[in-house]
Amino acid sequence: MTIKLKINGAERSVEAEPGTPLLWVIRDELKLTGTKFGCGVASCGACTVHVDGEPTRSCQTYIEDVEGAEVSTIEAIGDDKIGAAVQQAWKELDVVQCGYCQSGQIMSAVGLLKETPKPTLEEIDDYMDGNACRCATYQRIRAGIQRAAEIVEG
Amino acid sequence: MTINTSRRSFLKGAGAAVAVLAVGIDPKGALAASTSEAGTAITPFVKIYADGTVAAVIKHFEGGQGTSTGLSTLIAEELNMELGDITFEMAPADAAVYNNLFFGALQGTGGSTAMANSFMQYRTAGAAARDVLLQAAAKDWGVGPSELTLSNGVISGAGQEGHIGEFIATAAQIEVPAEPVLKAPEDWTQIGNTQKARRDSHDKINGEGIYGMDIQLDGQMVVAIKRIPQYGATVASFDDSAAKDVTGFIMAKALPNGAGVVAYAENTWAAFQARDAIEVEWDLSKAETRSSDEIKQQLLAAVNTDPQWQASETTLDATTAALEGAAQVVEREFFLPMLAHATMEPLSATIAATEDGGVIMYDGAQGPTINHATMHQILGIPMDKIEVKTLYAGGFFGRRFNAGADYIVETTLAFSMTDQTRPVKLVWSREDDLSGGWYRPAYAHKVRMGLDDAGKIVGWDHRVAGQSIAKDGPFEAFYVKDGVDISSVEGTAENPYAIPGMHIGLTDAAPATTVNYWRSVGHSHNAYVMETMMDVAAAAAGQDPVSFRLAHLPGDTADQKRKAGVLKLAAEKAGFGKPLPDGHFHGVAVHKSFGTYCAQICEISIDEDDYVQIAKYTAAVDCGVAVNPDVVKAQVEGAIGFGVGHIMRAQITLDGGVVEQQNFPDYEPLRMRDIKAIEVHIVKTNEAPSGIGEPGTPRRAQHSRTQSQPPGVIW
Repeated sequence: MTIKLKINGAERSVEAEPGTPLLWVIRDELKLTGTKFGCGVASCGACTVHVDGEPTRSCQTYIEDVEGAEVSTIEAIGDDKIGAAVQQAWKELDVVQCGYCQSGQIMSAVGLLKETPKPTLEEIDDYMDGNACRCATYQRIRAGIQRAAEIVEG
Repeated sequence: MTINTSRRSFLKGAGAAVAVLAVGIDPKGALAASTSEAGTAITPFVKIYADGTVAAVIKHFEGGQGTSTGLSTLIAEELNMELGDITFEMAPADAAVYNNLFFGALQGTGGSTAMANSFMQYRTAGAAARDVLLQAAAKDWGVGPSELTLSNGVISGAGQEGHIGEFIATAAQIEVPAEPVLKAPEDWTQIGNTQKARRDSHDKINGEGIYGMDIQLDGQMVVAIKRIPQYGATVASFDDSAAKDVTGFIMAKALPNGAGVVAYAENTWAAFQARDAIEVEWDLSKAETRSSDEIKQQLLAAVNTDPQWQASETTLDATTAALEGAAQVVEREFFLPMLAHATMEPLSATIAATEDGGVIMYDGAQGPTINHATMHQILGIPMDKIEVKTLYAGGFFGRRFNAGADYIVETTLAFSMTDQTRPVKLVWSREDDLSGGWYRPAYAHKVRMGLDDAGKIVGWDHRVAGQSIAKDGPFEAFYVKDGVDISSVEGTAENPYAIPGMHIGLTDAAPATTVNYWRSVGHSHNAYVMETMMDVAAAAAGQDPVSFRLAHLPGDTADQKRKAGVLKLAAEKAGFGKPLPDGHFHGVAVHKSFGTYCAQICEISIDEDDYVQIAKYTAAVDCGVAVNPDVVKAQVEGAIGFGVGHIMRAQITLDGGVVEQQNFPDYEPLRMRDIKAIEVHIVKTNEAPSGIGEPGTPRRAQHSRTQSQPPGVIW
């Protein structure tokens, strides 16, 4: 089937079987490989993208359910004020290690800061609970979110 | 010559002009320079481009441990430039020139050796590059080299100033000094600098970094494998008729080694669906059928009999005699389960034909020359027509290097069964990853410790039983000495503690799965057991766990001094011994591994429902010169999380030989809320750098409930 969606601001039309996860359309059809495959069952958060502004696990989102939706991925998150702040904070604190989960971490962190501009540590731990990092960079992610909140506040 | 801002645009317009100066070593091991982009005839460690860009050539892959930053720092230091201004490139696979000095004729990363291997190599190459550039400028300007200085890519002096890129052609004609003068430690500005300037950070925060999983070649097929359900099984027959209903399915073929059926498809989703639709009849006649409980009982029985191998100078008889004379003996048994690496990036590699009749493999390659040899053996293509392109690896923890080169073999076999016109990309799912073998083996330990009246250890009988990682594999000669696989017992007999009468016994267990090196390898279980026993003994001696350990680190050797040093530092920084909030407790551990000493004080909280959280880890580490202190801290932070996350909840279990864990819900990773804070302190020292990727992992620094536990099996 043909699906139309808006990806990172551009109208795109893709061919995919119904039931295909958005993740694989993004990665294999649109060749936007910044969004990662980690588990396929929404348990690790590596595939997090924004669908109409909401952080969403793309591995468990069927392509037919996002017809006409606005999807944004890590490749374009820097165009967003909060996204740019999170990326800046990540760089200032050298959050990454292997980096494979970090696209998803950043997309979730942006979602958190849009909802809660000055999150407490407990709110950060709660919101980020579904984003796994096997390198265990958690304490820098936590600090990165707090730093990004400061950057946004200016 | 003007300075170009873009290297690419310069290269396009420069024609035959010299585009790059590569400095490294020639086939005889001598320092040498070349102007070939490929570094033909020499092994470059640093490249200087005509636009002044400096690139460190990284021979140890980047899997998050910070090699791209660490090795770049060494080059930046000697070229008097800021770490933030240097770029890096991954080295090609070439065992002859990029071998790991600790591994012999093999290019690979492991055993936390990247910095220990490279500290002199890369500094020497950087210093040689500085030397020939300064000589080149002096020659061009007709002045003496001693009048000139190099700083931040600019050579100046004698009233002249020029960019390093201007001198690469002349520099290539100058004889490289055999022993260039390295900068003195007191002149270092980059080594030991606490700046945060990871070289891989940019790529990893905007989706630009390319991992094995991210390769998208024109015309590529994606393959997924229906794998044997248990160790020792093989494919008897298969039926792919249901797979034919999957849009994008191309074909299915049984692997010639019997290890599964390959589903070829147009994209990843189709490959997974087709794989799941293939029905396979397995030959289970030689398959593992035990369950974890049976294996556990067998291993525990093994540590209750005389060991198969003696892994210490002290004999069992001597230790038994020492224990008989002890004032008291404490005894515990342990069982440590199989563990998976569960790298965030499931395994993936891609192979494609090249125009010259060869092949190229794209992989986050931990052992690039193993890839090289594997492709050569399976495809019969000459080594010089095989290329390995090393990409970012989404974590490794040891997983990407094993005796069977498993996913490299699979990728190559899958390619070999096609007409080889289309690239083949192998993708593992998380289910493949968790249930597909290559685990940290399960181990049982039994320890009997004798104490004298003063609470000093007088004897230690330590028995280990488990499946050998190295035996019957290609690395057996490296690891197995007199029957003992040292990777099973490392960290015990050679431990710096002053322990008289310490006997280490080892018993090999029958294979239950494929097994592999896992972050910190033998230390992962040996340090856990030893440090738990130090707590048990401290309690028996009526001493606190820090004092008891320090009493066994009298400082008679440098080893003991360094181990005691990190323990004292961690204890001081954590405020060990000072009152803690109600329901909070301190746990202690200290261990030496990979040449590095690491102590950890863990503050846990236990609420009225017995829910345990880690309030804070305070760690101290002595890894010699900390080339990048912030990377060292990050590695210790991460290793603590990796280690304790497994101790808290993750394990691989078998039911009738079949792995029970399939995806993260069954192998729950450490989550953000599990550790509230980690503080890492680095000992300042001039000792040579030692490992840092693994030494933070192996220990058990939770509050030890074993102190009050009766003897029995401890998890």
